[in-house]
Amino acid sequence: MRLDLSGVERMDSAGAAFCALLQRRVAAAGGTLELSGVSPAARDSLSVFRVRDSDASPGRRREGFFERVGGSVYSSFLGFVLFAVLVTDTFYATVTGFFGRRQRVRLAAIIEQMIRIGLESFAIVGLISFLVGLTVSLQSAVQLAQFGANIFLVDLIALGMTRELGPLITAIILAGRCGSSIAAELATMVITEEVDALRTMGVQPVRFLVVPRYIAISIMQPLLTMMANLLGILGGFVIALVSLEIGPEAFGLRLMNSLMLWDIVTGLIKSVAFAWIIVFVGAHRGFQVYGGAVGVGKATTDSVVQAIFAVIVADAFFSIIFYL
Amino acid sequence: MTRQESQEQRRTSPETGAEPTPIISVRDLVVGYGGPPIIDGLSIDILPGRVTAIIGGSGCGKSTLLKSVVGLLTPQAGSVRVAGHDLAALDEDALVGALSNVGLLFQQGALLNSITVAQNVAMPLEVHSRLSREVIALTVRLKLELVGLAHAAELLPSELSGGMKKRAGLARAMVLDPELLLCDEPSAGLDPQTAADIDQLILRLKDTFRMTVVVVTHELASIEAIADDVVMLGRGGVLLFSGSKEEAQRCGVPEVRDFFARRTPEAGGDTRPLLDVLEGRP
Ligand SMILES: Nc1ncnc2c1ncn2[C@@H]1O[C@H](COP(=O)(O)OP(=O)(O)OP(=O)(O)O)[C@@H](O)[C@H]1O
Ligand SMILES: [Mg+2]
Repeated sequence: MRLDLSGVERMDSAGAAFCALLQRRVAAAGGTLELSGVSPAARDSLSVFRVRDSDASPGRRREGFFERVGGSVYSSFLGFVLFAVLVTDTFYATVTGFFGRRQRVRLAAIIEQMIRIGLESFAIVGLISFLVGLTVSLQSAVQLAQFGANIFLVDLIALGMTRELGPLITAIILAGRCGSSIAAELATMVITEEVDALRTMGVQPVRFLVVPRYIAISIMQPLLTMMANLLGILGGFVIALVSLEIGPEAFGLRLMNSLMLWDIVTGLIKSVAFAWIIVFVGAHRGFQVYGGAVGVGKATTDSVVQAIFAVIVADAFFSIIFYL
Repeated sequence: MTRQESQEQRRTSPETGAEPTPIISVRDLVVGYGGPPIIDGLSIDILPGRVTAIIGGSGCGKSTLLKSVVGLLTPQAGSVRVAGHDLAALDEDALVGALSNVGLLFQQGALLNSITVAQNVAMPLEVHSRLSREVIALTVRLKLELVGLAHAAELLPSELSGGMKKRAGLARAMVLDPELLLCDEPSAGLDPQTAADIDQLILRLKDTFRMTVVVVTHELASIEAIADDVVMLGRGGVLLFSGSKEEAQRCGVPEVRDFFARRTPEAGGDTRPLLDVLEGRP
C-alpha cells in the first residue's frame, strides 16, 4: 500500500499516530506500507515521535476470574485484620494516652473535635428527632383514638424514642456528618503524605488523629442522643396536646410511669456503640484510601454507607439482647 | 576505577586512616508499594558528616529509598540501618527517640494543612522536647528566618507557593537539628537565587551542626556546590555509582558520565523514530 504525503503542510500528533496505526494494520495484514513524497513538514513530525518495536508497553495487567475472586477475598480478609488493628491501636493509645508518660492525649484536640461535632450536628439532630416524634405520634394517634387508648401514645413515643429512634436517628446523622468528614480528612492526609510526615516526626497517626475524634464522638453521641430523645418526646407531646387533648400533667405523669431508667440507659449504651462504629469505619476507610481525589470521594461515601449498614445491624443485635 | 575499588578507597579516610561507620547502611534492600518491588536488592552506605547527593532519572526510586530510610516503607527483604538502629524492629518509644535524630523533607513538602506554617515547624519540637512555649516559638522563628519564610509564619500551607512549601518543609525537617537530614529535591521549583541560598544553608548546617545531609537532586550546579559524595540510581533502583564527587566526575559508568556532561543518554534502547519504521529502515 502506498501513502502519499507530498501535500502535507502540517502534521500533528494525531496525524503521526494515524500513520503508525496504518502501518501496523497493513503489516498485520501481511502487506507493507510505502511512503511517497514525504513533505518536509511530515518528515519533521514523523521523526519526533519514537515507537517501540516490541510494542510491549506493560499497561495494566488484566486479571482472570479466579485471580479476581481470590484477590477480593484476600483483600477483605486483609481489610478485616487492618480494621481490628486500628481498633486495638486506638484503645491502646487511649489508655496509654491517659496514663502513660509519653504522647499524652491532647485535651485541646478532644475539645475542638467535641465542639465541631456538637455545632455541626445539634440543630439537625434536634430538628429531625422532633419531626420524627411528631410524625410517628400523629400516625399512631389516629389508630389509638379509635380504641380510646389515647394515653398510650405517651408510652409509645417515650419507649420508641429512647430505646430505638433517638439512638438510631443520631447515629445516621452523625454517620453522614462526622463519619464522612473523618474519612475525607484522613484520606486527604494520606494522599498528601501528611500521615507519613506525622510518622517521621515520631507522631503515631492513630494517637494524633483517631484518638481525639474517638473520645470526642464517644462523649458527644450520647449527649446528642439524649437531646434527640427529649425533642422526639416533645414532638409526641405536641400531638398529644393538639389532637388527643392530653394535658401537660397527664402527659408528664404517664411519662414517669412508663419510662424506666433502663430504657434510657440501653439507648445510651447503643449510642456509644454506634459512635465507635462511625469513628472506626470512617478512620479505616480514610487510612485505606487508594488513588487521588476519586479515592477520597470513594472513601467518604463508602464510610457513610458502611457505617449506616453496620449501625443498623448492630441495632438489631442490641434489640435481641436488650429487649427480647 | 571499578565501583568496588572506589568504595574501598573512600571508606578509609586519608587523615585518620580509620574507617568511619556509615550513618545509613542499606543492605540488599527490596522495597515496593505492594506490587512488584521498586527497589530490588540495593546496598549503599552513607558516611556521616558529609553531604551525599542521590541522583537518577525520574521514577527510579529515589523518594522510595528515602522513605525506607525513615521507616515509612517496610523492607520486603534486606535491611536499612540508621545510626545502628533497624527502624523496622524498634518499639514505639525507641522509634520516637530514633526519629528525633532524623529529619525528612518530603518531595511535596507534606505540611499539615490544617495548621499554620509556624505550628507545622513547631510540631517536632513539641513531640520530642520539653521546651517551654516561648523557646519553641523563638526556635521556630529562627528556623523560618533561615529559610526566608519569617513573613509567612502565620499563613496556612494552602496559602503558600510551591517553593515556599518546600522551604517550610525544610524548616520543619531541620528544626530539631537532627544528625541526619534527608531532603527530597530541596531546590526543585525554586528560583536560582533561592536555590543557591538553600545550598548555602545545607552547607552551613553540615559544618555547624555536623549534620549528615542526603539530598535528592537533579541540579548539577547544586551538586557541584554542596555534594561530597554521589550515589546514582538507575531504573529499578539499581546502584549505578556510589563514591565521592570527584570520582563521580571521572568515572567511566556511561550514565554517570552522561549526567555530568549534561548529555542526553542514547535515546531509549528499543525505540526507533516513527519515520524509520514507516520507511522500512532497520
Ligand atoms: N504510592 C505509590 N504507590 C505505588 N507506586 C508508587 C508510589 N509512589 C511511587 N511509586 C512508584 O515507584 C517508582 C519510584 O517512585 P519514586 O517516587 O521513588 O521515584 P523518584 O526517583 O523519586 O522520581 P522523581 O525524581 O520523579 O521524584 C515509580 O515507578 C512509581 O510509579
Ligand atoms: Mg521523588
